Amino acid sequence: MAGIAVLVFREVLEAALVVSVVFAATRGVPGRERWIGAGIAAGVLGAVAVALSAGLIAEAAAGMGQELFNASVLFAAVAMIAWHAVWMATHGKEIAMQMHALGAEVSHGRRPLAALLIVVALAVLREGSEVVLFLFAQAAGGSGWIDIAGGIALGIAGGVATGFALYVGLLRIPIRHFFTATNWLLLLLAAGMASQAARFLVQADLLPSLGSRLWDTSGLLSERSLLGQTLHALIGYDARPAGVQVVFYIVTGALIAIGMRVWGKPRKRITGAA
Amino acid sequence: MTSRTLSNLIVVCALGLGAGVASAQEAEAQLVIRSHKFEPAEITVPAGKKVKLVIDNQDATAEEFESYELNREKVVPPKGKITLFVGPLKPGRYPFFGDFHKDTAQGVLIAK
Repeated sequence: MAGIAVLVFREVLEAALVVSVVFAATRGVPGRERWIGAGIAAGVLGAVAVALSAGLIAEAAAGMGQELFNASVLFAAVAMIAWHAVWMATHGKEIAMQMHALGAEVSHGRRPLAALLIVVALAVLREGSEVVLFLFAQAAGGSGWIDIAGGIALGIAGGVATGFALYVGLLRIPIRHFFTATNWLLLLLAAGMASQAARFLVQADLLPSLGSRLWDTSGLLSERSLLGQTLHALIGYDARPAGVQVVFYIVTGALIAIGMRVWGKPRKRITGAA
Repeated sequence: MTSRTLSNLIVVCALGLGAGVASAQEAEAQLVIRSHKFEPAEITVPAGKKVKLVIDNQDATAEEFESYELNREKVVPPKGKITLFVGPLKPGRYPFFGDFHKDTAQGVLIAK
């Protein structure tokens, strides 16, 4: 049971951290629980579908279907986060001010919640499909259903608890800086996803590695540790990145930051200041 | 709209980089998974070369090839065969394992 719980925990943790960041970033949005819940549900269904078609995906694209699939899912999530981040850069300050004045009843309208629903769904799908495949293997390997059910329950409980702890931690950020913080967190999350996507493309030999191991910080902070894995999921920490991963990380982060600057200028403030 | 342009730009950049790939000289290595074990459990590849690693899973259950040292992970479907690329590697030992059967599926890739 312990082995099952540990694997389930590790996968659930990564998805739960993404959900926590999204949950924080949508603070004050009415009905966000429904949106995020729908994202999780869609992700779980997707995970089962992906696990059931693992053989097909693996054989697609001359054996590189898995890498292309993972990279596409990650890039899609990156695009959704970029869209949302730029939108929030325009409206985040207004929302924070309104929240201050009115409490929770704010921030509906044009906000691209669907973008974040997709981010949640894709995170759950990616991590969840590995859990489902693993559980199939366990069941076929003769593990008892009590072990499997217990392992799932413990793993999910642990992962969700860690995600909840992150959320509670984020809530301590003062409201003035809150959406700036969550927006930067989303930016780093997207940069990390782009780096992971690049790693998959190198693994498939579709991208040059530009140095197969640019540095090795596993001695300082191993990705096997809870902190290492948490930082991996949140900001894309990689102990042994290929050069091209670093390029993708920086370019993605820079593009989103530029997007937030260029399109994120609060127009009302300019007229108000005159 | 403009923000969507940005998202598209990111994807386009990614694909553009992907297009400029040259295939270098590469070595090939084969692994078999049988009864949740890697055969051979120790495999030697040339250092300084890209290595095409082919893994043939003869079990009826899925496995996930994973290595922190190689920074790789890939699901190997039941009765399936997968290919992945590693390196070019510096000389050394690079442990790998099957994430779904860690107790037995352990191996090491040695670059010389």
